[in-house]
Amino acid sequence: MNSILSRFSSTNALPANFDNEGGRQDFQDSINGAPAQFDLPGTEPARFLSQYTDVDSSNPAARIKLQHGTTTLAFRYKGGIIVCVDSRATAGSYIASGTVKKVIEINPYLLGTMAGGAADCQYWECRLHELRNKERISVAAASKYLSNIVYSYKGMGLSMGTMICGWDKTGPALFYVDSDGTRLKGDVFSVGSGSTFAYGVLDQGYHWDLTDAEAQELGRRSIYAATHRDAYSGNTINLYHVKEEGWEFIANYDAMNLHYDGPGDNVPGAPGGGYGWDVRTQGLSSKLEATEGQQTSGQGGRFADEQPLTASVQPPQA
Amino acid sequence: MECSFGITGKGYTIIASDSNAARSIVKMKTDEDKQKVLSDHLVMTYSGESGDTLQFSEYIERNLRLYGIRNHVELRPRAAASWIRAQIADSLRTRNAYQVNLLLGGFDLPTSEPALYWVDYLGTLATVPFAAHGYGAFFALSTLDRYHRPDMSLEEGLDLLRRCINELKTRFIVDLGTFKVRVVDREGVREVKL
Repeated sequence: MNSILSRFSSTNALPANFDNEGGRQDFQDSINGAPAQFDLPGTEPARFLSQYTDVDSSNPAARIKLQHGTTTLAFRYKGGIIVCVDSRATAGSYIASGTVKKVIEINPYLLGTMAGGAADCQYWECRLHELRNKERISVAAASKYLSNIVYSYKGMGLSMGTMICGWDKTGPALFYVDSDGTRLKGDVFSVGSGSTFAYGVLDQGYHWDLTDAEAQELGRRSIYAATHRDAYSGNTINLYHVKEEGWEFIANYDAMNLHYDGPGDNVPGAPGGGYGWDVRTQGLSSKLEATEGQQTSGQGGRFADEQPLTASVQPPQA
Repeated sequence: MECSFGITGKGYTIIASDSNAARSIVKMKTDEDKQKVLSDHLVMTYSGESGDTLQFSEYIERNLRLYGIRNHVELRPRAAASWIRAQIADSLRTRNAYQVNLLLGGFDLPTSEPALYWVDYLGTLATVPFAAHGYGAFFALSTLDRYHRPDMSLEEGLDLLRRCINELKTRFIVDLGTFKVRVVDREGVREVKL
């Protein structure tokens, strides 16, 4: 890890005109032994960050635009963990990229998802990547390590929400970690601006005993639902499956193709055909078919005369 | 925190709204009916700025009634929705616009079709197969996208509504309590217990 860090310490990331007094602090970490080799920008880190990024959405001229909207999900079931994410990066009101990888392959047994400032996430996930020791790290430990690191930077403008997923000696494990320092163990998580929409499909279709095919279909459909309803999520969908032998990348789907055509032929778990409401319900009608002897023509609505009036309509004519 | 749903199916429209009346952080009432039956085949849910909701909904109710008395026929759902939308749109450009969001559920006798209109306080009107207002929309619209069909039977439609409310119960931090549910079909409007 020190070889990587030496690259960071040799280059000074600050521009010449930036007040660099005390720019290199050795970050003496006191919390749970997180390593202490990263440089911090001088004086106020939060101010420094907001100078160059749109982290608080108040700096439209920022050079570094962070990715805000996204949808990611992961859920644990009997066959392992399904991880599914979209791939859109928005910068302000326009789509900066449609091919972002929001799943970080930490090692063959560990996956991390990213939501929030993209740069932040990639930075931290890289740190996490260095965790390989003699023994494979447990998911609980890896997530705790990440949560300790981000907690030590609390208040400095970091913004991320991530799910650490993997298979260790305890079986499949799933943790949610965010930049507030929250760390939660659980079975079903969704993070990002489209998360409520993903939950709306995920919760209603989820149970522990899903088959692998059903689980993958549920992940796809939930992220599709979010890409459909959330403007900040979309483009393509990446699907991963964490099994005992390690994670497996299932496929990348175009959200528009899912809407009109579905995931394609012979995809296990998929019913065939598009996911879109208009595609799925083509030819179905809510019109009530006329029954025998029923009058189908005539006035709309009810005649006002047929109900008792409390007020007199008109005084009788002379 | 108010929430209302509308679902159309084979020959009917379901209209549902939560029944909390809140002020600040206090629940003032838990069995408030936030719907108006505008005619034999038209129901409206209203939510938004308190005070505005009541004034506006009564204004709509009385004027549609007046139309019926004067012309001996009630407005069809589409016509009623257009007129109501116009009232909101006109009010929007005044100093004290009505801040009211509406769902209009009806059954159109001449075409034998259920009708559902989503109207917001800006005067947007959308004809939709299902609809939601409030925070509930964030959670339930994807559920509705996933499970709704236009040819659902009434029992399937009510099951779908139960799903949506179940989703709110599991994911939304606020407990919205019981929902007031009305069904409009060829026979008219009736209240339904979930």
